Amino acid sequence: MIEVNNLHKSFGDIHVLKGITTSFLPGQTNLIIGQSGSGKTVFLKCLLGLIEPEEGTISFNDAIYSELSVNEKRDLRSKMGMVFQGSALFDSMNIQENVMFPLRMFTKMTLSEMQDRSNEVLKRVNLPDAHKKKPSEASGGMQKRVAIARAIVNNPKYLFCDEPNSGLDPRTAIVIDNLIREITDEYNITTVINSHDMNSVMEIGEKIVFLKDGVKEWEGSKKTIFKTDNQAVTNFVYSSELFKKVRQMYIEERN
Amino acid sequence: MKYLQNIGAYFIMIKDMFRRPTKWSVMKTLILKDIDDLILGSLGIVAFISFFVGGVVAIQTSLNISNPLIPKNLIGFATRQSVILEFAPTFVSIIMAGKVGSFITSSIGTMRVTEQIDALEVMGINALNYLVFPKFIALLFYPFVIAIAMFLGVFGGYIACVYGGYSSSADFIDGVQLDFIEFHIVYAFLKTLVFAFVLATIPSFHGFFMKGGALEVGKASTTAFVWTSVVIIILNYFLTSLLLG
Repeated sequence: MIEVNNLHKSFGDIHVLKGITTSFLPGQTNLIIGQSGSGKTVFLKCLLGLIEPEEGTISFNDAIYSELSVNEKRDLRSKMGMVFQGSALFDSMNIQENVMFPLRMFTKMTLSEMQDRSNEVLKRVNLPDAHKKKPSEASGGMQKRVAIARAIVNNPKYLFCDEPNSGLDPRTAIVIDNLIREITDEYNITTVINSHDMNSVMEIGEKIVFLKDGVKEWEGSKKTIFKTDNQAVTNFVYSSELFKKVRQMYIEERN
Repeated sequence: MKYLQNIGAYFIMIKDMFRRPTKWSVMKTLILKDIDDLILGSLGIVAFISFFVGGVVAIQTSLNISNPLIPKNLIGFATRQSVILEFAPTFVSIIMAGKVGSFITSSIGTMRVTEQIDALEVMGINALNYLVFPKFIALLFYPFVIAIAMFLGVFGGYIACVYGGYSSSADFIDGVQLDFIEFHIVYAFLKTLVFAFVLATIPSFHGFFMKGGALEVGKASTTAFVWTSVVIIILNYFLTSLLLG
């Protein structure tokens, strides 16, 4: 479980995060949504420990991150998996080596054990035959799946995804969303996804945190987002004609 | 002010490069790969340039000796001194700042742009140790490159001189052996080791801390080359004053 309490972060005069308090439970897909510039990425980077907040605390299973020693932080980070927006696969390695990388760094597994484990996760993300390809030879969807495989190979407790659907066609995006949801459920991981893809919100948003100008404007789930009267949320979520119609139909059906 | 900040950040980077070491089994592979990329990969161009520059130094020296009282063995002597004291350690290092330096900056810079460095840091890996330390160790083999440059420079001078008809083989070899001071070799290799450190760390600094996209990677490579060359030239002056002055 991740608990965030009164998180503040500024860059010079710009106050990016203004006292965010929330929590993310294990075994559920938690989405952070909001417009560009709302502070989503900074918030995610604070959770990852890449940016240090000025005020407030982030706790991982009751351990406050800022109070941990260097070694404890290192241990905690080895339990984190991250799927970056651009996949961030290592160019110099092939797909299997990319997936095996966390095992090489943090375990004492033999080469054959590492190969077995990487084969297992590559199969889990539906890439059983792509081992020897270089990341540059893989499509965007494949790269995302490899990134997911690398993120989960060492059985992480926390999975962070920064816009995992960006640049993907709608069908592949749904495949990736469902894969993240299934893995979250299967491994009981605390998953936090940074997204502004409304399909993801409706598909996998078991918990949704809406940020606006660095403030937590609204918190709920894919079920409650239909019912909310919060103007900022409705303006953001139902900005397209399609979603406006969907919401209208939902309200009419409810009445 | 910004320059001072950058100098401070550079020294902090060097300190951090030695912290939280990467697993030896992984580090070993990285070092071998960097030896291949940075040292073995540079041998061809260094050998080519050294041979021809050595030849040009010998021809120029020969063409500028018009006084019949000056012995012909001066050509070999001047070629040896120029190549061993300055051309091989200093000017080959500036060539390497272009070749190896821009490679280091662009490869680390691209990793920064494509979030690969963030990926390492998220995993709890000391990215500076993982990326810069193997380059530093690989470049400890740089004196071997310079030794080859020294040999080929003098050999190029010999070939140009003898086969170009500027002096006899005996005169050239006599000049090469004339007044040989062993400390000059020590001085040249000491300089080389200092320049190897500069070659590994300044381009890494510019790549690691770059911000922006592909265009900035190119700009960072150029800046890294300029600063590496400037630092090599300045250090060359001070080391020469200290060791030979």
